Parts: sequence; structure tokens; C-alpha cells
Amino acid sequence: MLHFTRWKQIAIVSSVVLGIVLVIPSFFAKETVAGWPWFVPRAQINLGLDLRGGAHLLLSMETAEVRKDWLDTLREDARKRLRDAKIVVAGVGIVNNALQVRVANPEDADAALKELKGLAQPTGNIIRGFSGTDLEVRKAEGGVIIIAPTEAGLQHRITEAISAAIETVRRRVDFTGTTEAQIVRQGSDRILVQVPGLLETAPLKELIGKTARLTFHEVHPSISAEEAKKTRPPAGYRIYPGADREEGDQLLRETPVVRGDELKSAQAAFDSQTHEPIIAFTFNGSGARKFGEFTKTHVGRPFAIVLDDKVISAPVIRDAILGGSGQISGNFTVETANQLAIQLRSGALPAKLTVIEERVVGASLGQDSIEAGKVSAAIGGIAVASFMIFAYGLLGVFAVVGAAIHIIFVLAIMAVIGSTMTLPGIAGIVLTIGMAVDANVLINERIREELRGGRTPISAIETGFTRAYGTIIDSQLTTFIAGLVMFWLGSGPIRGFAVTLTLGIMTTVYTAFTIARLLVVWWLEAQRTRKVEPPLSYKPSATLKAGSVRP
Amino acid sequence: MRFLFKGVDFFPHDTRWKIIERRYIFIGLSWALAVLSAVLLMTRGLNYGVDFKGGSLIEVQAKSGGIDIGDLRVRLDKLGIGDVQVQAVGTGNEALIRVAQQVPTKDLNEEKVQAAANEKVKSALGENIDVRRIEVVGPTVSAELKRTGVVAVIASMFGILLYVWFRFEWQFAVAAILALSHDVFITVGMFSLLWYEFDLSVVAAILTLAGYSINDTVVVFDRIRENLRRYKRMPLIELLNLSINETLSRTVLTSVTTALAVLALYIFGTAVIHGFSFAMLFGIVIGTYSSIFVAAPFLLLFGVKRDWSGPAVKSPSKSDATGKGQRENVTSK
Repeated sequence: MLHFTRWKQIAIVSSVVLGIVLVIPSFFAKETVAGWPWFVPRAQINLGLDLRGGAHLLLSMETAEVRKDWLDTLREDARKRLRDAKIVVAGVGIVNNALQVRVANPEDADAALKELKGLAQPTGNIIRGFSGTDLEVRKAEGGVIIIAPTEAGLQHRITEAISAAIETVRRRVDFTGTTEAQIVRQGSDRILVQVPGLLETAPLKELIGKTARLTFHEVHPSISAEEAKKTRPPAGYRIYPGADREEGDQLLRETPVVRGDELKSAQAAFDSQTHEPIIAFTFNGSGARKFGEFTKTHVGRPFAIVLDDKVISAPVIRDAILGGSGQISGNFTVETANQLAIQLRSGALPAKLTVIEERVVGASLGQDSIEAGKVSAAIGGIAVASFMIFAYGLLGVFAVVGAAIHIIFVLAIMAVIGSTMTLPGIAGIVLTIGMAVDANVLINERIREELRGGRTPISAIETGFTRAYGTIIDSQLTTFIAGLVMFWLGSGPIRGFAVTLTLGIMTTVYTAFTIARLLVVWWLEAQRTRKVEPPLSYKPSATLKAGSVRP
Repeated sequence: MRFLFKGVDFFPHDTRWKIIERRYIFIGLSWALAVLSAVLLMTRGLNYGVDFKGGSLIEVQAKSGGIDIGDLRVRLDKLGIGDVQVQAVGTGNEALIRVAQQVPTKDLNEEKVQAAANEKVKSALGENIDVRRIEVVGPTVSAELKRTGVVAVIASMFGILLYVWFRFEWQFAVAAILALSHDVFITVGMFSLLWYEFDLSVVAAILTLAGYSINDTVVVFDRIRENLRRYKRMPLIELLNLSINETLSRTVLTSVTTALAVLALYIFGTAVIHGFSFAMLFGIVIGTYSSIFVAAPFLLLFGVKRDWSGPAVKSPSKSDATGKGQRENVTSK
């Protein structure tokens, strides 16, 4: 225990030097570090939003909407397949989250089942293997065929929808100029958005939350919405509410002429005559063709621009719009026109997103937290150091050096693995200062006990380190278990705490056991010529006789 | 000045406290505290923070001067957004405002209705007050966090149970877990008694506490095991007493160092960290108490294997045909 080979000593000293070198960049500004030469380490500890200030939003996707969209598409696909196969369908409906297809002629049921089975797609992928299909197609009583999405199929759709939503959210958030935003998936149906420096989240939420499903519809040529409300809307038509009071309800054909996903570009602009804010848009090839054909045959009649199922304007077509560009005028301000343009450009969200958790911290509070963290770390450190030196003298100094190196190690590892420092993370570090010296307390108390039992100084130190080792491992491992559980289950700030706690425990064992021991070895070597004094003061024991404490 | 080099051996050694003999006093005290906690938790419950209750928390600071909490409370009460709590923190120029989870209406979903309430609060604050922090937690997330918190505490205690079982014997593991549950339960009861806010960071503190408070217990158990090997014929009561007394300095001093660090956090930390450091501080005290006065008596209750000379000292081979025969379980009267 009290011997280190030369190579081991060099390795230990190098580890400390390496730790110091790796921790240095974190104490400089990002811009300063960026200018350093390539061979100097530049990895820094990231500050969490609670320390640098910013907004953290957790969004949840309405998975029911994903399922409904899917079933809607399936309904059209099923109809088409059976029509192509010349099977007459009596009705197709959605019941209990499944599609029910009733064939007019029960004898056709088997043929229809065979046709509809073709709708199912294998789930899984090439790497993990195909484990099943995304649809379960089966025959029920009386010529009814039930098409039910499987759990795996639904999960696959949700995964796809979330990936698409993340892209859409990223494009929308990035358009506001906050380039440092982080948008990541969390769990199966959630998106975490973190925007440093943002305090006012209302505009951001507005921007994220809109589904922005833009559609262009034909207005019913003769019946107005008011008339349709009294009777029933004719087949294929639906009443769409107006977006505001000035734009009244409209009776529109349900199937749109063109969809927003066929837009090539959308820009906020000003009308050349009225100078009102408008949105200028251009369709892509197929969109322009469809829109051109429609406007050619409907000159002099109104059409409706519908956003998220609300009519935002219903202009009259004056001329055929063949080039595929046009403009939307409504009751826009510069800001709303700009926002809508961003939403249109970034595409529609596959399903609605709601903010289910929001945490916003102002930069000044973050700065205060850092200051408070520094003060508590300094005062806690001084208190612990004073106590250790008071109780154990030189061995106490060794313990304090070990604890200081422990902090350097924790910070260095955090910088290298790129983990984030949060306020609870700082608390974790302060806490581990206290825990770091616990191992030394155990060792030193054991040495003291061995001295009281009559051992020689060298033998007491040797036994102290050996015997305390098992106890230290046992006691640190239990805290480590708790730390791991926190890391697995914790979210955000708690995870930051778990990181510093678990890292801290690992480095604690190393510093108490290797660094403090190496310092003791050096101290012993330094006084090789003299008789070794006991390293700790102790009261002679009344009960422990010499040699009574055996190894 | 010799102590500068060798330190001061100030802690009393050679104590012969008859702790096990007086176990009924300590166990009685612990039961009383546990029952009090249970009663408090059942009647009063916990002052759940935004993390677990849902709703919003808004931290504000005056640009200059202090905040008139009474006046702010009156202004916010007029908003018609239900229960609004205003609490002064820091040096009188800061306050925490808590807005209860709003009930969704026909037009506004949970998210929108809560955002609307927050906007009302913000506009009612006036020119002199700045918003520094807003936390809004929806009902799905708060329910989830609550569930996760409970799962985390149970999972970590189970992990510790398995580890202590693996390193010692089942009696040690059960005694350690009982002592640990005692610490956690009474700490939670303390939060109910003082009506301190119980949020996610307090759960983190309780998890850390679970890992940390077992440390002292393990130190005592280690010594018990060591003494079981050494004094093969010493009556168990005497042996437990000896082990506790021998390790007293360690149990107390390790807690002192950690408590010093946590105390600094408690005094100098911000409002965010207050609940956390209180839970840790209280937990360290109760954990040290239970390591000395609660864990070992439980061992007496379950009895322990007396013969540890078998595999641990000789060869690591598993065959302990002789060991089995010598195994002797000692139970309390």
C-alpha cells in the first residue's frame, strides 16, 4: 500500500496535470478559446439554461391526430383499391380506431380481403428485421372487413410524424434568428426545444404551435354559408369558419384545389396599391398547374384561402393565374404576415403540438445563481478544509489537496464529455467536496485507531489505508447507485445533478486513494533519514493494548 | 503548534455507551417520529411545488427598492385566476408567485389558459418589477414527474438493498433498508411539518440522501463484521455496542464534513436550491442518528450469522460444509 513504482507515480502526476490542462478552457470566454492554437484543448463545460438564461419548452404531439390522419388516408386507399378491383362497396367508416369496409355483395368479401391485405406494410427495418405488419386486416360477420392499425404500425407513424415535426419546428425557430436553439426528440411523442437567451416565449409558442395547414378551396357557386346553416350543406361541401369577424363563414368544397405543401416560397411583402402587409407566394410545378387550371375555369368567382381550417381570405379571381404566383391579403400586420410566411415556408406540422412544460430563466438570475454557487463552493470548501486541517494536520492538508484535485477532475471530465453544468450540478459539486474528504476521514480515523492500538507509524498508515479501502468502496457505491437511478429517470436539471454526483464519486475514490496516498508516500520518503513521527496526534488508549487491533 | 502538523484528536474515544441496551428508547423515538410523519402526510399532505402540482411559478425582482408583498398580493388576487400565492424571498426585493393550474375552458386548452393567466400576472406586476424566471408545468408532466419520483426512490433503495445483501448478509441488508426508509420517511414528514415546498430538487436530495445516509450504516456494519470475525464468543449485544462505539468518531465526523459543505449551500444558495439543501442537511442529521441508534438494534432483532471465518478468510471456495454446521443464529429474547 505504501509503495508506488516510478511509472505509477509518473502516471498519477500526469493525470493531475492533464486534468488541470483540460479544465483551463472552461475559465475563459468562448471567443478567447476559439482563437487558441489547435494543439491546446478547447472543450468547455456547457452552461445549462438555468445558468445562462433561456427558454426550455417541452412539446407533446397529439398522437390521436396522427392516427386519425392515417385512417383517413387508408379510407381513400381502400376505396380506390376496391374500385380498381371492381368490388362494389356499401360503406367505409371509422369505428373504434379501425376502418370498417362493408362490401355490397357478401360473396365478394374474400376477394376484398385479399385486395385489402395488400394495404399492409411490413414494419421494422432491414437491420432489425421485419417483425410484422403495420395493419391487421381481418374478415368480420356480414361482408365486413376490419382494417386495424397495429401497435408497431402506429408507433412507426408517430416516429415519422415526430421526426417531421422536429424538422418543421427547427425551420420555424431558426427563422426567428435564434441559431443556438436545440431541438431534440424526447420519449416517443415529445420534442424538447431549448433556446438560450430567450425570455419572452409567447411569440415562439405562437410560431411553434400553429399547424399551418394551408389549403385553397373552391367556394360553392350559389349557396351561401348562412343558407347552408339553415339546411344541410350539400354533399362534398362544408362550412368553414372565418378567421376573424371581417371574414365571414364560407361554404367550401371539402377537397382543396391545391395544398400548402405545393408552395415553393412564401414571403411577407407590401401590396403595391394599398401598402398593406401581404404574403406573396409561388407554387411549385404541379401546384401551379392545378391552380392555373382552376383559376382559368373560375374567373369572376371567389375562391377561399384557408389556414388551419379557418378562412383567412376569399378573394374573387380576376384573371387566370398561370405563373403560379399570387398573394394573400388579409387583416395582417407586418408581424403576423411575417409569421405566417415563416409557417408556410417551413411546411405544415403533421399534428398539433402543445406545450406541456415551460421553464424560462432570465440571464440575470442565471448570473446570480452562478455567483451564489461560487460563494457556496468557496465557503463550503474553506469550512471543510479548515475542519480537516484542524482534525488531521498534515494528513488533513493531503485530503484537501485531494479534494481540490477531485473538483478539477470533475470539471475536466465534464468539459471533455461535453456535459452541461446546471444549478443542481453546482450543488452536486459542493456536496461532493464534503463527500470527497469522507474517505480521508475514514482512513485517518483508522490510522489513529491503529496508532492507539500500539502500531508503529508506518504500520499504522499501511493498515489504515488497507482496512479503510473496503469500507470506502462499499459506502461510495451505494451513493453511486442512487446517482445512476437519478441519471436514468431524471430530466433536465436533475440529470445535471446526477452527472456531477456520479462523476464526483468516481473521482473521490481515486483522489482519496491514490493522490492522498501518494502524498503520504512522498512525505515518508522525505524523512527517510529520520525516525518517522506518528502522522497524527492520538490519546493513548485505556482499553486497546498494544497489538490488540490485529490486521 | 504541534496540532498544525498532527491535528487535534478532539473526539472522545474509548466510549462505552450502552446503546443496544437502551434500544427501546431510540426505537420508540423513531417510531414516534415515523408515526408523526405518517399522520402529517395523511392529514396535511405535502406542499407540492409546480413540478408535482402543475400550474406556474414566477420569480420576480424589483428594479429598485423592495417589493410590497401585501400590495402585490392584493393586486394579483383581483385578477380572477384563482389561488395566487405570493412569497417574499431573498433580501426583500424578490418574490415567488405561484399560480394554480387553471381549468381549461371551451375555447382555451390547458396550455393556453395557463399562459393567459401568466400574462395577466405579468401585466399586473407594474413597471418596477421584472420577471426573472417562469416555470409552467402541465398536468400530464406533473403527474409523470410524481410517478417518476416515487419510482426513482424505490428503485434506488432496491438497488442499495441488493448491494448490501451482496456484500453482507440479508439481515444487514434488511436492517440497512429499514434505517434508510426511516431517514427518508421522517425527512419527507419534516417537509410536511414545516410546509416547505416539495419539488423535483427535493426528490433529488432524497435520492442522494438514500445513497449517502447508508454510508455511515455501512461503516458500522463493516466494523460489526470485522468484530464478528475477531471475537467469536462475545455476546451479540456487547459486540454491537463495541462496534458502534469504536466507529463513533467516523460516523459523526464524515457527516460533519458533508454537513459543512451543505450548510454553505443552505446559507449562500439561491431560492432554487433552498429545499434541496434543507433536505440534505436534515437528512444527514437523521441519517447519522439512525446509523448509530437504529440500524444495529435491527440487526439484533434479526440475528446475524456468527461464524465469518469460513470463505472470507480461508480459500474463496464456495464449499462451506463445515461453515453451515457452525452457523448459529442469535436472536433477541
